[in-house]
Amino acid sequence: MHSAQPHPDTSVPLNLLEAVNQALRHAMEADENVVVLGEDIATNGGVFRATEGLKETFGFRRVMDTPLAENLIAGLAVGMASQGLKPVAEIQFMGFIYAALEQLISHAARLRNRTRGRLSCPLVIRAPFGGGIHAPEHHSESTEALFAHIPGLRVVIPSSPARAYGLLRAAIACPDPVLFLEPKRLYRLQRLPVELEDEPLPLDRCFTLRAGEDVSLISWGAMIHETLAAAEQLAAEDIKAEVIDVATLNPLDRDTLIATASKTGRVVIVHEAPHNGGFGAEIAATLASDALMHLLAPIERVTGYDCPMPYFAMEQHYMPSVERIVAAAKRTLEY
Amino acid sequence: MFTSTPYDMHHRLPDLPENTDWPRLVDGYRHMALIRTFDKKAVNLQRTGKLGTYASCLGAEAIATAGGMALHDGDYFVPYYRDHATQYLRGVPLYQILQYWGGDERGNAFPTDTPAARDLPNCVPIATQLTQAAGIATKAKLGHEQAAVLATCGDGATSRGDFHEALNVAGVWQLPLVVMVNNNQWAISVPRSLQTASDTIAQKAVAAGIEGFQVDGNDLPAMLETLDYALDKARHGKGATLIEAVSYRLSDHTTADDAGRYRKASDLHAAWQREPVARLRQTLADAGHWDAEQEKKWQADCQQQVDNAVETYLNQPPQAPTDMLDYLYAELPEALKAQRQHLLQQQPGGHHA
Repeated sequence: MHSAQPHPDTSVPLNLLEAVNQALRHAMEADENVVVLGEDIATNGGVFRATEGLKETFGFRRVMDTPLAENLIAGLAVGMASQGLKPVAEIQFMGFIYAALEQLISHAARLRNRTRGRLSCPLVIRAPFGGGIHAPEHHSESTEALFAHIPGLRVVIPSSPARAYGLLRAAIACPDPVLFLEPKRLYRLQRLPVELEDEPLPLDRCFTLRAGEDVSLISWGAMIHETLAAAEQLAAEDIKAEVIDVATLNPLDRDTLIATASKTGRVVIVHEAPHNGGFGAEIAATLASDALMHLLAPIERVTGYDCPMPYFAMEQHYMPSVERIVAAAKRTLEY
Repeated sequence: MFTSTPYDMHHRLPDLPENTDWPRLVDGYRHMALIRTFDKKAVNLQRTGKLGTYASCLGAEAIATAGGMALHDGDYFVPYYRDHATQYLRGVPLYQILQYWGGDERGNAFPTDTPAARDLPNCVPIATQLTQAAGIATKAKLGHEQAAVLATCGDGATSRGDFHEALNVAGVWQLPLVVMVNNNQWAISVPRSLQTASDTIAQKAVAAGIEGFQVDGNDLPAMLETLDYALDKARHGKGATLIEAVSYRLSDHTTADDAGRYRKASDLHAAWQREPVARLRQTLADAGHWDAEQEKKWQADCQQQVDNAVETYLNQPPQAPTDMLDYLYAELPEALKAQRQHLLQQQPGGHHA
């Protein structure tokens, strides 16, 4: 378990977007092989400004505006990474990442394996994901489960500025390919203390954000926000919820998940993505096999509906709410 | 922006100039003859169950040999999957090429003390290697390496977005990239005429703002001249080049294919009249640089080299089943340790779960 508590005297207040920006900046300062590329990331600093100021500091050779082709961006990154650069490529929105899938599945995730370690692919693909910001069509999806299914590709999702900084530094340093999904609803939500001097965070551990004995709430990404709010509401009714931020979907820290389920016996998994085949199913299956004797109630999943992410007029009906999480937790307690 | 050299493919190669580097062409001929012997053996190994599905390079010998000869040690090679001659010339031993087609990823673990050490392995998903080659070219450019990247593909690959995306960025970024298309007239069963309405593939360079050439891919001297120019240009920061090497696939697509279903016997017969190996041999013989005695000796030598490679290939120890997990990540993640243990127990001597 890691909780990444910042030291109040050396930490700085950053929102999640600023934390991403600082992580990129510091990684580029620390290692000249780190380059960033993507659409609108250089002069414009990225459509969300995640790469703001990098071109001014590091120059256009290390901060590259690419032609508008996501498949190209991924292929460039694979080629660069195969020869020792550490490219951090931005896909502007997750809804546009599918053109890059072939490069990620057939090449990035396999290169080390299929060359028996001769070549490797230490790239990071960053993509903002998730709904809740009234964005255009195709700008709000959460399809992380597609990627978590790919052996060899790490899938990392921060849920706070501190974890965004620490996990992105770790992802860039990591010798394996990493898909780094940024919950854009949290980008500017709040400034929180971020410790910039710490060791990078581990890429294969869940974070326990709140300890409790009565029910385990398991989530990741922007939904951590609702999940923590639900835990707070439950606490008001003297129900002690444990909140786990999965954070690294692949490889999955099954031990922490099994431990919390074994402790509380009641589990609610929360994700924004659709229910059917969502990553919650993998966690539920793990707990059903490895924590079965400790479970006191059926595992609940609070998720999006099995439909495409609705255009923004209806997105509030789609997104899991605090109320749905609280109700699910109570169902497990009343079972 | 693009140039077409005569490629009407007369049976004989065009006359060569006074200053022809004959020793280089003799070397080229030796390589081409060796790889043809190798190719024939590889097909036979597949037919007798000792190799998996294999993509023959019959008819592509001049193209791939020229690639291997024109590349410098500091350059990069990004192949598709009919480039055995180039891979061999970059330092991949013949047995290892067999090992790859024998279903064993160790065939991609090229020797670390050869130029091949940095090259990408065969690329099966069509054209996807081309954007990667652009990425490698970007790396070479950023590092002021004065190195060129040679990437290959077939004519079918030119229908994919990857091909155009790679050429496009190579133009915009002035990348040290040479994309060489082996236009062998076939993408499995679909002819060149159904891939594009363009008169040539080379002219697609125009849209990308780079130089393009159409060359007789059955003419080793012409291929060498074109590649020397394009790779040298790349090394000197003068930008990217598209080369359309016109040839004819004399084999099936792979050993799993039967070209008799879609290819006219008369077309194949005509193509054999201008195949690259015999044409170069004739030119060398006519100029007094090759004779029947040398041919006999070299053919025996080729056979010996290939036989040795086959023996080495067939005597490789089996992989550990755990290799399928052990090279996936830099370090085996905790999450995979139970699966690895399970694999270990599946092995002879282990306990079945």
